[in-house]
Amino acid sequence: MNKQMSLKAVVAELRDGMTIGVGGWGPRRKPMALIREIIRSDLKDLTIVAYGGPEIGMLCASGKVKKLIYGFVSLDFIPIEPYFRKAREAGSITVTELDEGLLLLGLRAAAHNVPFAVTRVGLGSAVMQANPEFKTVLSPYEDGQELLAMPAIKLDAALIHVGKADRAGNTLSFGPDPFFDQLFAQASGRVYVTTEELVNIIASENPEDMKSNLFEAYLVKGVVEAPLGAHPTTSHYGYGWDAAHLKAYAATAGEEGGWQAYHDKHIAGGEAAYIESVGGEATIRALPIPTF
Amino acid sequence: MTIATDFTLAELIIAAAAETWRDDGELLATGIGPLPRLAAGLAKLTFAEGMLLTDGEAMIVEQPTPLGPRGDFKPKYTGWMPYNRVFDSVWAGRRHAMVTPVQVDRWAQGNISALGPDFQKPKVQMLGVRGFPGNSISHKNSMFLPNHSKRTFVEGEVDVVSSVGFRKETWPAGSPDDLVKIGLVVTNLCVFDFNGPDHAAQVLSLHPGVTFEQVQDNTGFPLLKAAGLKETAAPTEEQLAIIRRLDPHDVRATVLKGNPPGIRAAA
Repeated sequence: MNKQMSLKAVVAELRDGMTIGVGGWGPRRKPMALIREIIRSDLKDLTIVAYGGPEIGMLCASGKVKKLIYGFVSLDFIPIEPYFRKAREAGSITVTELDEGLLLLGLRAAAHNVPFAVTRVGLGSAVMQANPEFKTVLSPYEDGQELLAMPAIKLDAALIHVGKADRAGNTLSFGPDPFFDQLFAQASGRVYVTTEELVNIIASENPEDMKSNLFEAYLVKGVVEAPLGAHPTTSHYGYGWDAAHLKAYAATAGEEGGWQAYHDKHIAGGEAAYIESVGGEATIRALPIPTF
Repeated sequence: MTIATDFTLAELIIAAAAETWRDDGELLATGIGPLPRLAAGLAKLTFAEGMLLTDGEAMIVEQPTPLGPRGDFKPKYTGWMPYNRVFDSVWAGRRHAMVTPVQVDRWAQGNISALGPDFQKPKVQMLGVRGFPGNSISHKNSMFLPNHSKRTFVEGEVDVVSSVGFRKETWPAGSPDDLVKIGLVVTNLCVFDFNGPDHAAQVLSLHPGVTFEQVQDNTGFPLLKAAGLKETAAPTEEQLAIIRRLDPHDVRATVLKGNPPGIRAAA
């Protein structure tokens, strides 16, 4: 079985209007090479679902987004993603703003093929006014509690960055936190991964190694070899997020024609040119993973 | 135990804020931002041995992790707390966080999401509600507000109710009376809580040199004086030594404008 694809071939399988989940968390483990390839394409009217980082801002800035479903959109050390902020304050996108945990529950409901997940989370908060389609249910048991029926968030595809993968779709994801890549994968049933390293077959005699396998190979439809493909976000344990680059990117949001300039300098020329435009492979591999 | 005479307002706040975890027992404690994080570390090292702290990411640490570049300090891990287990701790009620909302109202509702009347086109986009709805309806929360003013402690309701407070008419049917739990609210002027009659805000202690009237004038809703209203206790030399160890780069000096001293001359 050979699921290897190019960035372009993956994007060719996506359609206008699709609901696409993106793995990772803020500026960590984002499949940025695929995001940049989407920006280079004609795709439009996407609904993007994420614990968002720079991919959200870039997709908003390039006019790809119709709707966002998010737990947050942040660059961490820059608390509010600048192009997300711009899009929100212009009222140019529709949003479903969720509690971080509600996003998890919506994805899990989709993964389990049930219409909703029950929870107390969100009740009494602005989440209920911001999402008037959300309904509550009463516990059928003696306690009679009112709970939110958090609707399933079904994805048409999920884009996820991993550390290592083989052509059969077996993947290993490194780092201290798996985040919710598993749920994005399972809620979509259709995953395209970018991987730092592509090997013929992932096989180990040490069962501990397989704790890094976050989702089933049968969910994976495409594997793209994309070393450094998470830049400017962290890819454990290869390189940390590029704070200087993210700062410069954020600054362009305040400049007239700033996005176009960023796009022309970094995105328009393709991935090989991208790596060179941000300082080259050695520079990226020397970026430390931040501690707090 | 030696009461310190020379300390900054930030250090006073750290010592006062640590108290919010005093009677918690064993749970996950999260101090978001430098002063709450130092307060949690101080609590852990002085009286709250059973609290679990993380390294700021997914690991439980044996000792609080110092802020900023770590030098020779190597954290030792004793457990794993990736976000999926943070949510488990949150929803089980086994966490107590100290957070910094941008707006807080008389019902102890907090806002970090956005400013302005139209949520679809906010005047100012802030962080979004993040984990506040789930945190506030699941576990105890305390607050640190670095700039006590009517802009932060608003007259009416906060613009976007990110954390649930004591507006019981918004609570789901069948909620227990103690659905929402608020610990201490520590500001640059005072310490208060929402344990007055009907969860009214009541001032517990005033920082040295601050009057009750000054606090009330900077608050958009009425405050009560708690029985036994006193001056906020100065940190001890032992506490200051721990704070310096947990914050070797003096990040705490950058949190409050001008890094004022803990004992202010009367206005």
